Amino acid sequence: MSQEAPVLDLRGASFGYGDRPVVSGADLRIRRGEIVAVVGPNGSGKSTLVKGVLGLNQLVAGSVRLFGIPSEDFHDRARVGYVPQRHTLSSSVRATAEEIVATGRLPRLGWFGRLRAIDRQIVARALEVVGLGDRATTEVGTLSGGQQRRVLIARALAGAPDVLIMDEPTAGVDAASQHVLADVLHRLVERDVTMVIVIHELGALASLLTRTISVDGGRIVFDGTPERFERERHLVHHDHDSHHHDDEMPTDIARVPRGPLDEPEVP
Amino acid sequence: MTEILSIDFMQRALIASLLVGAVAPMVGIFVVQRRMSLIGDGMGHVALAGVAVGLVTSQSPVLTALIAAVIAAIAIELLRARGRTTGDMALAIIFYGGIAAGVVIISKAPDGTPANLVRYLFGSILTTQRSDLYVFAALAAVILVTVWVLRPRLFAVANDEEYARAVGLPVLPLNLVLAVLTATTVVVSMRVVGLLLISALMIVPNATAQLFVGSFGSGLRWAMVIGLACAVGGVMVSYPLNTPSGGTIVLVAIGIFILASLGTSIAAWLRRGGHSMSEPHEPAVGSGFRPGVVPGVECDPDSPVPASAERPVASTGSPNPPPPSTKGVAP
Repeated sequence: MSQEAPVLDLRGASFGYGDRPVVSGADLRIRRGEIVAVVGPNGSGKSTLVKGVLGLNQLVAGSVRLFGIPSEDFHDRARVGYVPQRHTLSSSVRATAEEIVATGRLPRLGWFGRLRAIDRQIVARALEVVGLGDRATTEVGTLSGGQQRRVLIARALAGAPDVLIMDEPTAGVDAASQHVLADVLHRLVERDVTMVIVIHELGALASLLTRTISVDGGRIVFDGTPERFERERHLVHHDHDSHHHDDEMPTDIARVPRGPLDEPEVP
Repeated sequence: MTEILSIDFMQRALIASLLVGAVAPMVGIFVVQRRMSLIGDGMGHVALAGVAVGLVTSQSPVLTALIAAVIAAIAIELLRARGRTTGDMALAIIFYGGIAAGVVIISKAPDGTPANLVRYLFGSILTTQRSDLYVFAALAAVILVTVWVLRPRLFAVANDEEYARAVGLPVLPLNLVLAVLTATTVVVSMRVVGLLLISALMIVPNATAQLFVGSFGSGLRWAMVIGLACAVGGVMVSYPLNTPSGGTIVLVAIGIFILASLGTSIAAWLRRGGHSMSEPHEPAVGSGFRPGVVPGVECDPDSPVPASAERPVASTGSPNPPPPSTKGVAP
């Protein structure tokens, strides 16, 4: 039996804008089921790295393969769920949480496909998984910052992705909401979702991780277990402009509620 | 009323206003969502150059305006996609170049009188020809069907273009479709509303609807209803008042916007008054957090943290605020 191709496979990859590399020589292989944090100070290039994987900036050098397919030939982008860094979902036109999450289903429907009953059920279940099942028809501008992040996660889940890439899901979210967010991500871990989480400080998400990657000055300077990162972080991580929240607490996984999409617990 | 409806040019103007009133807000909602409210205005400028070419060459000004506006729309979208329009200078050159060319070329046309120019710029109930109506009806049908079919995708791209690109939605083709729809709407509206005022009928009904709706779907439906009321009402009023139809339609639209603003403000004030007497404010979340216990919401420590416990970022005066709920994230 052949070994499953890595979800992401970067070899000497450099990403940037207008041929100017911001991230250089990235070597990285992420396999199914891994929960990877990409940490680093502001401006280190961590967001550029994941946006490069998503095809949102230019691959200046090296290669990127997604699910074993070179990125230039990879067209099934719905397999990669993306949760962008957005501080608010308020816009000049009002929309409900359900309407926003439904857009996550569109990549699975082609050019002219309409949302069918099954798609609407998937949208409803995605909202339930992030704990917003009772807010489907709420206008997103009236939701809290943490709830809006969860709407974005639900939007990504609605596309039934094989990997979820999140850019700073906890930035600008108060400590209480960070814990609710951590609960949601714990539930996704239980559902065997591969995750790459760009994050400034691990905080409430620390207990989720299987691997930590540190980016500084446009290069990957650490790649290892979260425990080793904690031991060695003073060697690899510059705290010159980082911040963290003193009131962040680890989350008790045993308390995480199970969602309706989850498999029933085996006694 | 029956007298107005029996007049030939009024019948044509009313049919044209029905078409305009329905399609302009329908396309406008995506333009507003992309924060490009003045793009229709610019395309109206360019369409004037097309009208002028039509008058000079004795071609149908509607057709030449459509060609000019569509070419400008595609050029603008391609410039925007290449990240070259952030300073708006390229747009300004295209737009002002369009209206300048229009004014200069139209002065050389046999019937390029100042009065004729004003009719194209500000609309006139007298100018809609029977042949125009067929073209407008066909174009309006194309706009209606295209928006209806592509509505979820146009919404997705206008809502979050970066996300749409990341998940593989055809962002550039959808933006080009929207640009061409906007250009077509400008041309459908040029007789009744006028090239300088069409943007108002795309934007103002949407601005009015956004005062009281709670979803994109209802916002779109209400904007179309308001657009129809403004367009038909404006044309009806412009006849007895002997005023330009475009200006009258826009003033009716703004009047409805002001009334809706007052109505929603009074409703919000009444709600706030009732709320302050009956409910104390919640303490701030974020201090003294304990898992399972969220300030402001009573819940069993063994039950899941209720999603509804988080405080909203801001209240926008939604007419249907979600009721407080202690329902958890899992059954």
